Amino acid sequence: MPPPVWHHAEGSTPVSFLDFSHITKTYPGVKALSDVSFGVDKGAVHGLMGENGAGKSTLIKILSGDQHADEGEISIDGKVQAYSSTRDAFDNGVIVIHQELQLVPELTVAENLSLGRFPASAGIIARARMLDDVGAKLKSAGIDIDISRKVKTLSIGERQMVEIAKAIMLDARVIALDEPTSSLSSRESEILFALIDRLRGEGKVIIYVSHRLDEVFRLCDSLTVLRDGKLAAHHASLKDVTRDQVVAEMVGREISDIWGFRPRPSGNVRLKVDAVSGAKLKTPAGFEARAGEIVGFFGLIGAGRSELMRLVFGADPRSGGSISVDGKVVRATDPHDAIRAGIVLCSEDRKHDGIIQGRSIEENINISSRRHHTRFGVLNRASEIATADTFIKKLKVRTPSRKQDIINLSGGNQQKVILGRWLSEQGVRVLIVDEPTRGIDVGAKAEIYDLLYQLAEVGMAIVVVSSELPEVMGICDRILVMCGGRINAELSRDQFAEKAILAAALPDQKTPDAIAS
Amino acid sequence: MTDQLKKILLGEQGLVVIFIVAFALVSLLVPNFLTDRNMLGLLQSVVTVGIVACTMMFCLAARDFDLSVGSIVAFAGMVAVMASNATGSILLGLLAAIACGAFVGFINGVVIAKFRINALITTLATMQIVRGFALIASDGRAVGINSPDFYQLALSKLLGIPTPIWVLAVLFCIFGFVLNRTVFGKNTLAIGGNPEASRLAGVNVDWTRIWIFALQGVVCGIAGILLASRITSGQPNAAVGLELSVISACVLGGVSLAGGRATMSGVIVGVLIMGIAENAMNLLNIPAFYQYIVRGVILLLAVLLDNLRSSALGRR
Repeated sequence: MPPPVWHHAEGSTPVSFLDFSHITKTYPGVKALSDVSFGVDKGAVHGLMGENGAGKSTLIKILSGDQHADEGEISIDGKVQAYSSTRDAFDNGVIVIHQELQLVPELTVAENLSLGRFPASAGIIARARMLDDVGAKLKSAGIDIDISRKVKTLSIGERQMVEIAKAIMLDARVIALDEPTSSLSSRESEILFALIDRLRGEGKVIIYVSHRLDEVFRLCDSLTVLRDGKLAAHHASLKDVTRDQVVAEMVGREISDIWGFRPRPSGNVRLKVDAVSGAKLKTPAGFEARAGEIVGFFGLIGAGRSELMRLVFGADPRSGGSISVDGKVVRATDPHDAIRAGIVLCSEDRKHDGIIQGRSIEENINISSRRHHTRFGVLNRASEIATADTFIKKLKVRTPSRKQDIINLSGGNQQKVILGRWLSEQGVRVLIVDEPTRGIDVGAKAEIYDLLYQLAEVGMAIVVVSSELPEVMGICDRILVMCGGRINAELSRDQFAEKAILAAALPDQKTPDAIAS
Repeated sequence: MTDQLKKILLGEQGLVVIFIVAFALVSLLVPNFLTDRNMLGLLQSVVTVGIVACTMMFCLAARDFDLSVGSIVAFAGMVAVMASNATGSILLGLLAAIACGAFVGFINGVVIAKFRINALITTLATMQIVRGFALIASDGRAVGINSPDFYQLALSKLLGIPTPIWVLAVLFCIFGFVLNRTVFGKNTLAIGGNPEASRLAGVNVDWTRIWIFALQGVVCGIAGILLASRITSGQPNAAVGLELSVISACVLGGVSLAGGRATMSGVIVGVLIMGIAENAMNLLNIPAFYQYIVRGVILLLAVLLDNLRSSALGRR
């Protein structure tokens, strides 16, 4: 399909099916969007990219009716949309699928898809008709899921399918997907992409928000890049656009080598993990990390990497094995024991295990380290303020004030605050970061890598758990590969090879090529 | 103009502003309201609710709940009177009451934090168990106080202000400080904000929760002693329904039931609004049955206001 030609000269009438016109939105202290205009045609997949805090989420929220634009309007098919709630947007055929899925776990797929519109007589659900209706719709859309299963038994990928099925059931005209592949396996992503292709063929408008350039270039017909709430670029076609160009548009400068690897000498063994096991990690596993070394853990989702790290940090009870730091045995039965021994962990699930929502940046930074400067449990306000300000500045957290509720920050800035929490601890010797850059834009990524090098240079042992192969290969001195709860392979930097690492990460029956895409 | 008004009402200090306006209106419209005597009476009427609200605030801020406070207050009052009578020492009686309160609170905390039983269920159970103890200990009857000195706890005055009001004021100060300026207070708010993240940040979540409930017990003990002294006996049926008044006052004061949000000034205002409403209605001779309705409506309005404020702040 040839990409549609699109023009939006200042003052001209909108010509696109879905049209954003001069959208402006201000939050207290932040201009989230300013004068953003672009259009998307029917039957197109339109990418929406930008760093965290660039305004993508705000734009999607306005599209979904969750928030109101201060100025500007959205029109669909030439008709200005003036909806005041998500329900209105729904009824107008606009459906947004968020990263956090909105399904009822205890209900079946069919029930979830019929929720709010149950076929019923006298209040009694016509089960057979419901199953027929839903089954027929899903079949025609090419979605293959057992609709009598409860949603809680589905994988994340399958749940995402159900969300999209919901949009299909409602005959949506515009479907916006916010980071849809962030928690999907490669295979699940493939199924999703096939479905998106199908929807495009049916003439839907798809807005695809993602950080992943690969996906955007593969899927999208056109692309909008936002930066600091402004339209940084609009590409009506991706034919002559390069990835480097898009990255530059996103960050506003050229990033040549995002990894920026810096070799450094490593010292003695800092962390020694010997044959630890627990309820979620049956096979005992062990590894070492030296002072100044960055050790990567690669594997597929569910390979046991996070489970191992949680055992090391004392977040889950350990049933066997031992852990020592600088030769001293750590009796970590709870995170605060591990923290006192100098081991800290940034969890992969920032929202659930990291940020303390409703509390300020200042409190989120000081929560652990404040015990060093209290007297009889009474806080030292001056030193807390100083600590917060130091790390906000040092880690370049973008915020109007240290008093800002952490929930209002973008993902990258939240991650920086959590790193600040651990760096403000005195005497951290081992820093474990689990998926440190998940959902984080390119610019912030480079900053976080740089920080990891700096910390390694001063003698910390750093363990990086990541599902992104280029990332572990780019920044680590050594990679351990896990598969099915076991450490399968260990490679030093001169041995790094994509094929070998993938082969070790995959269960025997699969070939590396199946996932290498 | 209306924008500015909205900003003030929905701002951080909106509740205080509303309180001041309400206070001024009631002072102007209700005869005999703004007199020394009535003011002291008003404050004395909120002593029990106010004292218990101090720690209930911590409980709610940590996403917990305590229904057993009314029973503990009655039980502690009984213990204070009976132990004083038996030993002849008021001090021993007071210590025994506080120890009993602390013990019940501690048990609540251990069951909730260590055995992971829902706080609502746990304290619903202890609420009944402790009330049962109070009734058994006294055989269901009020127990008179032997030593007249015991009455002095409630009757004595300092600078013309009755002791219980001083106790209330001191506790407000102490717990305001604890909430804002101590590790314990900040950890409480953090646990309410996100318990799992707090644990992974090194906060000892279980013991913080146990401490909160134990403190709640201690404070209920103090409230029980003052109540017994004021009603000049240990009453096993005292303070029925206290838990609901206390929780109402906290919610009225902007404490979030979802945890993570609480201020001492808010709770003080919440307690006073409840007190003023009741006081004004008494002065206006409004029958007690109608007062229930008014209290309910005030609570609903406060929660609605809080909701508006949250959405104005852009949070859900």
